[in-house]
Amino acid sequence: MPDGALPVLDVRDLKTVFKTRAGEVHAVNDVSFALKPGELLGVVGESGSGKSVTMMSLLGLLPSPPADVRGGTVTFGGNDLLKVDAETLRAVRGGKIGFVFQDPMTSLNPVFNVGMQIMEPLRKHMGLNKRDAAKRAQELLELVGIPDAERRLTDYPHQFSGGMRQRVMIAIALACDPQVLIADEPTTALDVTIQAQILELMKELRSKLGMAVIWITHDLGVIAGIADRVMVMYGGQVVEHAPVKELFRNPQHPYTRALLKTIPTIHGERAARLTIIEGQPPIMMNAPSACPFRDRCDVAFDRCARENPPRYDLGDGHDAACFFDARTGGPRDA
Amino acid sequence: MLDTGENDQPLVSVRDLKMHFPIYAGLLRRRVGEVKAVDGVSFDVMEGETLGLVGESGCGKSTCGRAVLRLYDITSGSITIDSREIGETPQNQLREMRPTMQMVFQDPQASLNPRMTVEAIIKEPLDEHTSMSDAEKREKVGELMDAVGLNRKFAKRYPHAFSGGQRQRIGIARALALNPKFIVCDEPIAALDVSIQAQVVNLLEDLQEQFGLTYLFISHDLSMVRHIATRVAVMYLGKIVELAPREALYAEPLHPYTQALLSAVPEPDPSLEDKVERIILQGDVPSPSNPPQGCNFCTRCPAVMDICKTDEPVYREVRPGRYTACHLYNDNNDTAG
Ligand SMILES: Nc1ncnc2c1ncn2[C@@H]1O[C@H](COP(=O)(O)OP(=O)(O)OP(=O)(O)O)[C@@H](O)[C@H]1O
Ligand SMILES: Nc1ncnc2c1ncn2[C@@H]1O[C@H](COP(=O)(O)OP(=O)(O)O)[C@@H](O)[C@H]1O
Ligand code: SF4
Ligand code: SF4
Ligand SMILES: [Mg+2]
Ligand SMILES: [Mg+2]
Repeated sequence: MPDGALPVLDVRDLKTVFKTRAGEVHAVNDVSFALKPGELLGVVGESGSGKSVTMMSLLGLLPSPPADVRGGTVTFGGNDLLKVDAETLRAVRGGKIGFVFQDPMTSLNPVFNVGMQIMEPLRKHMGLNKRDAAKRAQELLELVGIPDAERRLTDYPHQFSGGMRQRVMIAIALACDPQVLIADEPTTALDVTIQAQILELMKELRSKLGMAVIWITHDLGVIAGIADRVMVMYGGQVVEHAPVKELFRNPQHPYTRALLKTIPTIHGERAARLTIIEGQPPIMMNAPSACPFRDRCDVAFDRCARENPPRYDLGDGHDAACFFDARTGGPRDA
Repeated sequence: MLDTGENDQPLVSVRDLKMHFPIYAGLLRRRVGEVKAVDGVSFDVMEGETLGLVGESGCGKSTCGRAVLRLYDITSGSITIDSREIGETPQNQLREMRPTMQMVFQDPQASLNPRMTVEAIIKEPLDEHTSMSDAEKREKVGELMDAVGLNRKFAKRYPHAFSGGQRQRIGIARALALNPKFIVCDEPIAALDVSIQAQVVNLLEDLQEQFGLTYLFISHDLSMVRHIATRVAVMYLGKIVELAPREALYAEPLHPYTQALLSAVPEPDPSLEDKVERIILQGDVPSPSNPPQGCNFCTRCPAVMDICKTDEPVYREVRPGRYTACHLYNDNNDTAG
């Protein structure tokens, strides 16, 4: 991945609010990130931190109401996806941007055989005839490592194991040679040996097809193994963002530091007691006017309650949204 | 408990436990086969220890845990808990044993009755098994809530008003109500966020120390099991393929399946990640209604030999304290044929 390459996907200041009876939930607050061709961006963060809503917002997949994508730009292929008409957006979605969501049973339609479900985007977005689509569907199943692909095209989703259904979902997402693949916790429901098969497959496909990937997971181990860069989300915001090795070796945001300490490993030193992050995740009922992590942060100081920290550029593609400078051990200059 | 030397006494002994579920089909619902969910497992759980039970989805972990507590009428085998054989005890006679052995479930949401208050949920086993007065019960519920770190003020609330981690605490408080000795924890943290998982695991460890509990800890999270378990048993397709003390198992897994399983665990430290050699297994786990001949792992084993496809390897102690079922550890080669 050449460093100066233009991003394939550029998200700026994305803001999504849900209108609920109890008030507005500020699920995504000014999220910005860019994705370069062929790279894999890992997204981590606790449940409710806004990972899924970010991705669904940029794909226009959230029903409105209750969702209101209130601001920002999503530049893809020279267009702002937040402004294009529904037709254009549908053509991009499942075409040049493929996506896979968490639960394979809800994503595959149980009443159609797997072959028809892979052929659908091929006919819709690429205009293939039935015969060519069938041939391509078989190739795709082979590509994702499903043995005996030709015969399995006529099988229904329930005839596949969880890992295989997940691979079928990936095959569908890959059908139209996407430039970007968005995968939202695609391996969470899978066992480690099957997950390892899929991660291996992703590496292969990226180098083969040159596609860029956004990979959402709560598993830091997975991220360490496959990501080029990592974005950490907390309370609807990006709190830290860095190249993968830099993030693990040199985490700067107090939340990232705490998160890295809570997970046990199978190779390193075994801790006598697990570290925990005290306190509760934020209730995002107001537009943020303070640091969302302040109630749980062990280095918080007065400024953190008055202002929401911006993302400070720390050089070498690393930034963190925190008023505390972990390198000097004191407050950052204003 | 662990350092008092009391722990070489098994509290739980399981021998050749089988739990087969019948499969019925056709108009007459004829029995056409069986799912061999647990197919002959043997292990001990020592007093005060945590035995980790790991393996992939569908390998029989939950069935094994439930069978040990006799939540099923088992197909065959022997189960001794606290010196009492309960393998064949009829359900109505198990009632008096129930307080000794309890279970904590994976999904805190589904395992709590949504129409009962937290107090009623924790109190229910006291209603069923004790003759305590209402005041005594209320006090006991309060103590249990303290023990698991739930504010007593929440007693009148309903489960939906709690987070996943808090709901799991409610389930744990309920399991503790009757002062059990042995608790089967079936994936107690799988449904929780990483940061909450650590809280629940720390709580389980504290309670173990405080009340001298013995755990069977079922999980597919090998890193967490390394943290919490004293010894670890690895299951594959209804059988235990390896059982060993924690450090030995993680440092030098003997069975090829354990080796593949451990190598597949993603490593969050990139400086270690580069050194991990992955064994990528091919194919899927065979169906437990139609397991392969010979060794259950022979369809995916990178070290498979001819004998593996015909003879089932015997599960036995191959080194002190280390059990495995694999032909690679046959002492001599005369077992073939
Ligand atoms: N009541 C039942 N009737 C028939 N088959 C069953 C029954 N309960 C479990 N099984 C089957 O027994 C096997 C083992 O199931 P079990 O729930 O013990 O797996 P597990 O190891 O706990 O998996 P997971 O990690 O997904 O919880 C599976 O093939 C399952 O489909
Ligand atoms: N339909 C909805 N109505 C109201 N709030 C919602 C809705 N969907 C998501 N949210 C809220 O948006 C926030 C971010 O959710 P999400 O993106 O799903 O988190 P995650 O990081 O786990 O993917 C959470 O606070 C969640 O409760
Ligand atoms: S801005 Fe303040 S409260 Fe927020 S993470 Fe940094 S130090 Fe902690
Ligand atoms: S017995 Fe044979 S097939 Fe089974 S695990 Fe050992 S080497 Fe592999
Ligand atoms: Mg999500
Ligand atoms: Mg289970």
